[in-house]
Amino acid sequence: MSTLRSAKDPNYQKPLTRLIDTAAGPLDLKSHEAEGGYSALRKAIKELKPQDVQAKVKEANLRGRGGAGFPTGIKWSLIPMGPDAGTKYIVCNADEMEPGTFKDRLLMEQAPHQLVEAMALAGYAIQAQTGYIFLRGEYVVAAERLNRAIAEARAAGLLGKNVLGGEWSFELYVHTGAGRYICGEETALINSLEGRRANPRAKPPFPQIAGLWGRPTIVNNVETLSNIPHILLNGPTWFKELNQGKTSDAGTKLYGVSGRANKPGCWELPMGTTARELLEVHAGGMRGGKKLKAWLPGGASTDFLLPEHLDLPMDFDTIARAGSRMGTGLITVVAEDQSIVSAVRNLEEFFARESCGWCTPCRDGLPWTVKILRAIENGQGKTGDIEQLSKMTRWLGPGRTFCAHAPGAMEPLQSAIKYFRDEFEIGIVCDIDEVKPDVCTLPAGLPDITDDRDLATKKAS
Amino acid sequence: MSTDKVVKLADLNKPSFVLSDEERHEIEHALTHYPDGRAASIDALKAVQKHRGWVPDDAIPVIAEAIGISAADLEGVATFYSLIFRRPVGRHVIKVCDSISCHLTGYDELRGELEKQLGIRFGQTTRDGRYTLLPICCLGACDRGATMMIDDDLHGPVEPKDVAAILGNYQ
Repeated sequence: MSTLRSAKDPNYQKPLTRLIDTAAGPLDLKSHEAEGGYSALRKAIKELKPQDVQAKVKEANLRGRGGAGFPTGIKWSLIPMGPDAGTKYIVCNADEMEPGTFKDRLLMEQAPHQLVEAMALAGYAIQAQTGYIFLRGEYVVAAERLNRAIAEARAAGLLGKNVLGGEWSFELYVHTGAGRYICGEETALINSLEGRRANPRAKPPFPQIAGLWGRPTIVNNVETLSNIPHILLNGPTWFKELNQGKTSDAGTKLYGVSGRANKPGCWELPMGTTARELLEVHAGGMRGGKKLKAWLPGGASTDFLLPEHLDLPMDFDTIARAGSRMGTGLITVVAEDQSIVSAVRNLEEFFARESCGWCTPCRDGLPWTVKILRAIENGQGKTGDIEQLSKMTRWLGPGRTFCAHAPGAMEPLQSAIKYFRDEFEIGIVCDIDEVKPDVCTLPAGLPDITDDRDLATKKAS
Repeated sequence: MSTDKVVKLADLNKPSFVLSDEERHEIEHALTHYPDGRAASIDALKAVQKHRGWVPDDAIPVIAEAIGISAADLEGVATFYSLIFRRPVGRHVIKVCDSISCHLTGYDELRGELEKQLGIRFGQTTRDGRYTLLPICCLGACDRGATMMIDDDLHGPVEPKDVAAILGNYQ
């Protein structure tokens, strides 16, 4: 990671990570403030109305970094304002559990004060009285550092009653979870925070109207929020230009590479950087000189893309047009000698286990999908299995389930079948009960099992 | 024989579960974070688990009472979340990331080596009560695959040859 600690440069290009030095650890409050920390909060409380903060974030065209890319300013604009609005909450989604994603951990472990200031600013913008950082239970280092940062900020009057001597009061707490990927779903997160099973809620009403304890609530991702102090300090135009003209999406992005790359990692780069630059320049190419076979653009719930897509700018709209989603923007690379069927089986096992079990297509469809994939992986798939998997991608697709869990699970599956159907076909054994051995054409690479007496006996019995 | 009977009768009269002062204090502290006691469910379960390693059945009504919800509701929460343990675990809990990035960087080999050295499979505890082995979803350290957590410590990248030395640090 960057070891640059020169926040005083007004034209800094890497706002989120500029103060991060992983060897030295996070800055304490005093050092953080010396580098410009909390000046955005001071400015907001002194000079800006909550609506002005909202307007700047909207104008900056900040889009949600949790995976969906929804414009933050528009999300905020749906929250009731004014003296009669009553109790409101700001919640940070720090339940980073999307397989292949490791960016929020970096921000929370190495720049906890940045997130604390961001939560205060977002809380001020929507006039929330209380904020919660919903942190996954396994992030013990992040929990410790965030709690320390909150304690420091509270002692300095940056949180608590009458923040910085103004009229607005704000309490901030870290809430740690106890597992389950589904907690990252916005409404499941709210249920979990209330101390319930993390089943998603029906929408509408949206959380902005009726969220935590039925009150208006905004849920934003760690990286999304961490941008806010910088937008307020440097202005929406500066933020929009951070992309260096690579795309229409604004700001920087924490991109990353994992899988069989030489130097996997996470880097803050202009929005719209290509996956090729991520893989070949920053991650040092594929390990062992292997060729790239396929890549997930941003987590387990995004469609596979191919080497031919590497030159597309990594932004929300471009990757969507290529038939996938940018998701979290941390790519996972599969090497030429690795099995796509095996990778998809692994992904679907994950989704099957992490389904909350609330609705039938997801609860029953995902284990069924896993069963078929395991059979194909072991060379015991049956005729019609691929067609069945294709049906699954529709039965579990958008609109058929309560939340986006199962549709997300279908994205890597449908793209794997689209691009690598031959790998699935290799795992299909001709059904010798239905087809005469002499007309059965075996896929290349499989031993001729019609001569295998053991298997034939088993089949007959 | 008669002594056995006496012990058993005495057991019946013992209060089944009592929160320690420390546990009660931690639960009460968590309650101050929320306008509704139910929200402290996970904090309260984790407080008990921190001190005892797991959450026994007879703890549920006691914890539920401490936060002011029904035992049935708390049971529903306690059985939903994968990191609330409802059976005794070993002194050290090993959580092996089985998600895609680690799958692509040596998860199968790491899991195999752990199972071989410990003589247990996922969900099991070694006979000496030292280790419990569990799978876990993406630990958010994909640049360090294959990864695992032992207790609160993250390890990665871990190759099979590293396993013995790492385990040796957890007695």
